[in-house]
Amino acid sequence: MTLPGSVDALAALLAEHGYLAPPSLATTLYLGLVLGKPVLLEGEAGVGKTEVAKALAAALGRRLIRLQCYEGLDATTAVYEWDFAKQMLAIRLAEGDRSGLEKALYSEKFLLRRPLLDALAPDPAGPPVLLIDELDRTDEPFEAFLLEILSDFQVTIPELGTIRAAAPPIAILTSNRTREIHDAIKRRCLYAWIDYPTAERELAIVAARAPEVPAQLAAQIVRFVQALRATDLFKKPGVAETLDWGHALVALGAVELDPDTVEATLGVLLKYQDDLARLTGPAARALAETARRPA
Amino acid sequence: MARPEPSGERLARNVLHFVRLLRRAGLHVGPGDIVDAGRAVAAIDALDRDQFYWALHAVLIRRHADHPMFDEAFRLFWRDPMGGESALALLLPQMKTPTTKPMSRRLSEAWRPPAPAAAEAPPAQPPEIDTFLAYSADEILRTRDFDEMSADELARARRLIRGLDAKLPTIASRRTIAARRGRRLDAARTVRAALRHHGELAALLRRRRVERPLEVVVLCDISGSMGRYAEMLLRFVHALQAHRGTGHVFTFATHLTNVTRVLRDRDVDRALALAGREVTDWSSGTRLGACLHEFNRLWSRRVLGQGAIVLLVTDGLDREDAGELAAEAARLRRSCRRLIWLNPLLRYAGFEPRATGVRALLPNVDEHRPVHDLDSLASLAQALAGL
Repeated sequence: MTLPGSVDALAALLAEHGYLAPPSLATTLYLGLVLGKPVLLEGEAGVGKTEVAKALAAALGRRLIRLQCYEGLDATTAVYEWDFAKQMLAIRLAEGDRSGLEKALYSEKFLLRRPLLDALAPDPAGPPVLLIDELDRTDEPFEAFLLEILSDFQVTIPELGTIRAAAPPIAILTSNRTREIHDAIKRRCLYAWIDYPTAERELAIVAARAPEVPAQLAAQIVRFVQALRATDLFKKPGVAETLDWGHALVALGAVELDPDTVEATLGVLLKYQDDLARLTGPAARALAETARRPA
Repeated sequence: MARPEPSGERLARNVLHFVRLLRRAGLHVGPGDIVDAGRAVAAIDALDRDQFYWALHAVLIRRHADHPMFDEAFRLFWRDPMGGESALALLLPQMKTPTTKPMSRRLSEAWRPPAPAAAEAPPAQPPEIDTFLAYSADEILRTRDFDEMSADELARARRLIRGLDAKLPTIASRRTIAARRGRRLDAARTVRAALRHHGELAALLRRRRVERPLEVVVLCDISGSMGRYAEMLLRFVHALQAHRGTGHVFTFATHLTNVTRVLRDRDVDRALALAGREVTDWSSGTRLGACLHEFNRLWSRRVLGQGAIVLLVTDGLDREDAGELAAEAARLRRSCRRLIWLNPLLRYAGFEPRATGVRALLPNVDEHRPVHDLDSLASLAQALAGL
């Protein structure tokens, strides 16, 4: 499908697919699409960075190609690899005539495509969405390697030559900021910081993503989580936790927040023992009481 | 009046001496750069001072951080005694002590072996120190408490710290490189080698894991009670990180300041001066627990992600809530590879953890070391390399 014609059109399209993007994010994404530039998304864990790419792929009807980063990620797992087992077999089979063997061994037939090379291949539905997830988990050598791909959308395979994307993929990079991404990468990207949503937006997100949560409970959940984020925590709950909590409370048959259920299910929201210890008991009860009172 | 042409030979020799001066001042310039510098000045109009300046700059400077040092060295070395007649400046090497503007200490030390004016080559001087404290005739200096040093002793101690060549601890990364021996098969190289031998598998080639240096994150107490120790420790950290631009440094007294960027300056004196400008709570009281809390909340996930070692430099004299301090230190210890407490008060043989802050901190660190003299810094460097 063709690209949306305005920021609002893109935001509306994403909303149809269950992603409620704040204006700053929608604008950055739109510019990324129009200018053909990668978008680097940073934000706390659980604010929906990865979801952006998924929603974008679904909304535009494109294929989603995901590269999960980890330490030591290298070209053989990210871009391409030669199928050595097959190559060895071919060497054995070519017992007699071995002229031209080298050329035959380094041809497309023996090439294993990995996500980044895959993303450069032409696609009838249009260029895919390339999600490079949690870039901060890799190391600097891999970032340096990404530079060529992100600036020119091309990959050089010594034996085959340079492979260039006919139309550049829609590249989305995410980082949890456990390490600063190198400036050279940042310079090639548009940048958006995804913050925790406002109460209003979060309520809309719960309605869109967890429609089985009754409206009154959803309002209480959001008020509770918003109040929780205002307290001094080591790790604040993200939107993902809010949704999980909604699902959890519905699974327990709760129709509204009562202090006992809150205390029993706090582990869905808080994942650090210090935070849990600080919040259990009176503090959680007080928060639950506030959340139950309509604003 | 026709301007005198600089003689090529003399100019080349002066360029050589200028490059040596830069090297002594700590810039990374090698013999290849001398050749390049010679070529560069030959290719331009050496009488044009601006051209001459930028030609040398283009060849010799590769990091923006080195620019100020180059600028100062250039100004002093190629200074013109007759006032702006650049040709004369090129002809006449001037090795008089500059008086116009105070030199940076590093430059003035680099200057000390007075070489270029002499017709003969300067006598080769042995480097003042090769490895940190590997041989130092001055036993007294090594074990003299920083707080009791005279100005002269301090200057010598600072020089020794600057010359420190400590190795950072390394850890096996998940990245591999081709190697003669290693655990993993290098299939790509093996196939390629086989092709060279007409398809015969001559040997299985290998890869091994690459070692990467561990990050070191420093939290340095700069409150009044830390006196000289904070400064000396920051110098030590500067020397430790001079080889690579990673790691993070924070200072704290009443609040936390990230001084990582300013400490990247190659000149330690200027780096500290810059840090001094960033930091607003030098020599005030300490809020240790609150500062650790701030670090844990705002920074720990951002800078400790790669499995860093944390050096916590403090005397532990904190009059605030000991419970908070213990909890935050425990939190910090769980977030990093190793939490090492460097405590200048540990110098006293009879040190006993009496202060509440010290008692709160002690059970929550992996290691407790003294940092009050050169010897303790040397053993710290050794301990770090051995981690």
